[in-house]
This record gives sequence, C-alpha cells and structure tokens, in this order.
Amino acid sequence: MRSRRSAFLAGTGTAVVLVAAVLAAVWVGAVPLPPGAVVATLLDRAVAPLGIDVPGALEGTRGAVLVELRLPRVVLAVLVGAGLAVSGAAYQGVFRNPLADPYLLGAAAGAGLGATLVIAYAPGQQIGPVGVVPLAAFVGALVGVGCALALGHAAGGSQSASLLLAGIAVAAFLAAAQTLVQQQNTDDLREIYGWLLGHLGGAQWSDVGLVLPYLGVAVGTLLLCARPLDVLAVGDDEARSLGVHPGRLRLLVVVAASLATASAVAVSGLIGFVGLVVPHIVRRLVGAANARVLPVSLLAGGAFLVLADLLARTVLSPAELPLGVVTAFVGAPFFAGLLWAGARRR
Amino acid sequence: MGGGAAAVSGRGPVDPRGGARVEVVGLDAGYGRRPVLSAVRLTVEPGGWLGVIGPNGSGKSTLLRSVLGLHPHAGQVRIDGLPLAGMPRRDRARLLAYAPQLPVLPDGVSTRDYVLLGRTPHRPLLAAPRRVDREVVADVMGRLELDGLADRAVVTLSGGEQQRAVLARALAQQPRVLLLDEPTAALDLGHAQQVLDLLDRLRRQDGLTVLSTLHDLTLAGQYADHLTLLAEGRVVAEGSPEQVLTAAVLAEHYGARARIVPGPHGPAVLPVRGA
Repeated sequence: MRSRRSAFLAGTGTAVVLVAAVLAAVWVGAVPLPPGAVVATLLDRAVAPLGIDVPGALEGTRGAVLVELRLPRVVLAVLVGAGLAVSGAAYQGVFRNPLADPYLLGAAAGAGLGATLVIAYAPGQQIGPVGVVPLAAFVGALVGVGCALALGHAAGGSQSASLLLAGIAVAAFLAAAQTLVQQQNTDDLREIYGWLLGHLGGAQWSDVGLVLPYLGVAVGTLLLCARPLDVLAVGDDEARSLGVHPGRLRLLVVVAASLATASAVAVSGLIGFVGLVVPHIVRRLVGAANARVLPVSLLAGGAFLVLADLLARTVLSPAELPLGVVTAFVGAPFFAGLLWAGARRR
Repeated sequence: MGGGAAAVSGRGPVDPRGGARVEVVGLDAGYGRRPVLSAVRLTVEPGGWLGVIGPNGSGKSTLLRSVLGLHPHAGQVRIDGLPLAGMPRRDRARLLAYAPQLPVLPDGVSTRDYVLLGRTPHRPLLAAPRRVDREVVADVMGRLELDGLADRAVVTLSGGEQQRAVLARALAQQPRVLLLDEPTAALDLGHAQQVLDLLDRLRRQDGLTVLSTLHDLTLAGQYADHLTLLAEGRVVAEGSPEQVLTAAVLAEHYGARARIVPGPHGPAVLPVRGA
C-alpha cells in the first residue's frame, strides 16, 4: 500500500515528466526550438500589448512554427491523452474491470462510423472553421454510447454486466457498418485508415478550442466523482447499503467519460492503449484510491501522448507514423515489462 | 475496551445512541414471479440478537436484503417505529449496516481505506474524509484488533481477518442495527467463535441490535437470544433457542436427525446418524 507521502511524490513526479515532455516535444522537429527561446517567445507574446520586448524571442518563420504548428499540436496531445487516460480510469472503476477502456461502450466504433461516412460521402466539408469529420466522429461516439446505455437499460437496469454486454453488441454492429461503408469506398481507404489509426498532424488552435469546453466539463465531473467511485468498488449491494446510488453514479460517470472520449476522438482519431494502460501504471504508483488515480492519470496520460506523438513525427521524419500505432508499439512492451516486474516482486 | 466506549460516546449529533427496535410485518418478496418470502413477521428488541435460521433456499438472505431495502418487497419494515420505505438512502445507511455473506473486497485497497468506506453515509460524498471519520475508523480498528493490518491490502488478509475488516467497516458506519448474512460461513470453528464472541461483546458495549442469518444451528443457539426459523419462505417457529431448536422441529423442517444437548449458553445440536 502506498502512503500519502509516496503518492504525493508520484503525483509531483508525473507533473514534472509532463512539463519536460511538453518542452521536449516543442523543441524537437525539423526546426529545433530550444526551451529558452520558446519561453522567451511566449513571454514576449504575453507582454506584447504592453509594448515590452523580451530578448531572445523567436521571430518570423520560427516564431510561426512555434505558435501555429508545434504548440497547438503539443497542447492537443496533452488534452487528448489526459482525456483518454482519465476516462479509462473512470471506466475501469465503474465497471470494476481492469480491462475496461474508454472505447468499451461503442464510442470508438461510433466515431469510426461517423468519420468514415463523412470521408466517403461528404469529403472536405467545413462548418465554419471546423471540419465535418471531427463533428461526425464526436456525434458518432456519443450515439454509440447512447445506444449502449439505452440497450443496457432495457436489458437489465443499471447493472454493469448488462451495460457491458450492450456495449459489446452496439460496438460490433457499428464496426460492421463502418467496415461495409469502407469496403464500398475503397478509393478513400487511405484517408479512412489515416483517421482510424490516430493522428495529431495538422492540429490547430481551432481543434483545441473545439475540444476544450467538453473535455473540461467531462474531466471536471469525473474528478468530482473520484471518491464516490471508491464506494462502488465494494459492489452494488454494499454500495447501496452505504447510502450510494450505484445506478445513478454509474450513469453519470459513463456519460462524462464518454463525453471526454468523444471529444478526444473527434480531433485525434482512434488512439488506443492510452486509456487502458496509463491508469494501470498510475495505480502501481499511487495505489487504488480514485482520488489519486484520476488526477495522476490526467497528468500521465498527457505526458504519455505527448511523447508518443513526438516519436510518431520524428522516427521516420519527415514522414509520420500513425499515432495509434506508436502508442501500442511503445505501450504494449512497456506494460508487459511492468507486469513481469510486478510478478517477480510478489 | 474503556477507550473504545469513550470514543463511541463521542458520536456526532446525528447519531442516536444504542440499538434500535426492528419490526418486520407482512413481508413478501420474490424473484420474478417466484415467491421466496411470504408474510414474514419478526421483531428484534433494541440490543437484541435475532438469529434467522432455516434450510438452504428458505429465504434467509432475501429476508436480510429486503430489510435493508436491497430487494424489492411488499410489507412494512420499521426501525424504532419509523418505516424504512421512502427514507433517503443515506439516512437509512446511518441506521443499518450490512455485512453480506460474500463481501466484495476491492483490489489494491488498504484495510484502513476499506474500513473508511463505512463513513460514506456520514461524510460529504465528494469531500475528503474529515478528522472525525479518521478517528472513528481508528477507534473501530483498535477494538477489532486490526491496527497491525491497517496498511495491508484487504484482499491479502486471512479469512478471519477479512471478516473482522468487514465488521469494522460496518461498525464505522455507526449503525443502530447490524445485519449480518452468515458472518461465519467462511471461517473455521475457532475463528467463527472468535467473530461471534466479538460481535456479542460489541453489541453489549454499544447496545447494538443484531439481525443475522446463521446456518450453524449450534452457534445460532449459543449466541443469538432469539431465533426465527424460516422454511419455504415462511416463519415456522420462533422464540428462544430452547423453544426453536428441538429434535421434532429439526426433523420436520430440515429432515435432520439430531439430539439437542442443553447447555448454560443455549442448546447445542448434535447430528446423529440413523439406523
């Protein structure tokens, strides 16, 4: 068991890693942007309205690369990674199942279908500054989870087993529909796969603006639910005997986690492994109490995805690897090693 | 145990002292269309210990879960005259604590944090545990001799230790009635006696009311002060252990051959092989 002190250290350490990861990801690229110059530039932009010049600030193209290309991408990686990891931790808590991840209830399959439909039948559409693909993915994810909730409710009230089974049925159906559309439109395969496998290339501030409100509300709700989630760990009967409504709590957490997932998926595609693995790693560091697991997962998920995206765009530079491939390729062996080390320690 | 009693007297203002009277009247319950309990009636006096006995499938656990409001039922359950139906769940959880037959023990959670869950109905749901919560937990763990195990993961404790941890969680709830479903089912004889002795001591100190199912008839006869025998969902015998545990009753409702051995703390039931 972890003491409060060691949990605090783990949380602080994770925050430091996140900051380091962000600085590294801003630094490394075709145009290197050293942290000192980056900080100077940000300061310079912040105080520019006051008419103050900060020495060492990046000018011209390098300044544009920082502000218009690299920063939005890194910020988006932090948001998406944080959202997926917190959702995964919440899903695992609410279903009392270590294998739960944010895509469990049809969010991934729904988003996939939505994005595929738009890519195949309405390519290149925009609504204002926002592409239709992210909107379709967002709506698809929520529709998928909504169907799973409705079906699960019809099948067995608020029980987690019926909800899980409903999610599996909905996900299978939507995935089949997505495959069908995809096979009918083989010309678009490349673009569809590019979306499905996850990406942060071309990230803009408008993407950040698109997800931030939803993600903020959803993640805030999940963090508030952290302590009640601990009560759910003793099973529905005992939770009820302790004065908690397991059904209501589960619904609230699932809706919030799905909203976070849908916003993340909308701007990044299907990035696997973050929501599954990051909470596990965090539990090893801080114990099982959700009041620690959720906030530290937030930091760790952000750091993990920033680093994964850094790899994705540098390993085969100037080509980019699909981000979802990198998270699994790096995450899976890391996780296996962790399991192995844990088994040896026992 | 003086320190324990002193800490108990420091209960919060919401918490009335001592055990409550439990009344169940005309309780019907079932699974789907299959009736499991019909017209069950029982009373437990404040500070009393009612043992619910009966053959497998007679509805003992369903009765307990119905009293707790965990199973849909018709009929009345009253605590000190107050009907439980319609009572907010948190208020109910301050009156009744429940230890199921197979408690779900969360993975990776320390014994202290597990016991702390018992404070849920007393503290703001979203906030961190307050000092009073930690004090009650420390007090309860001291009384149940769990201090040394506080930082161990609750899933790694032995069966007897786990049963004490579950009891501690229930007591941290500061209930007025303890409902225990087969508190000794997973324990060997020695540990079973330890747990029941402990319960008896706790209920005498705090005046707690205990309603428990017990499948071991000798233990039921030795520890409970009243017994209710359920058979096929109906109360077929009730009264003191001496009145309920008779060879004739056991033959009729359990199909068992047994000799009753009277003792100072109640009758013991001795199974006897037939001819």
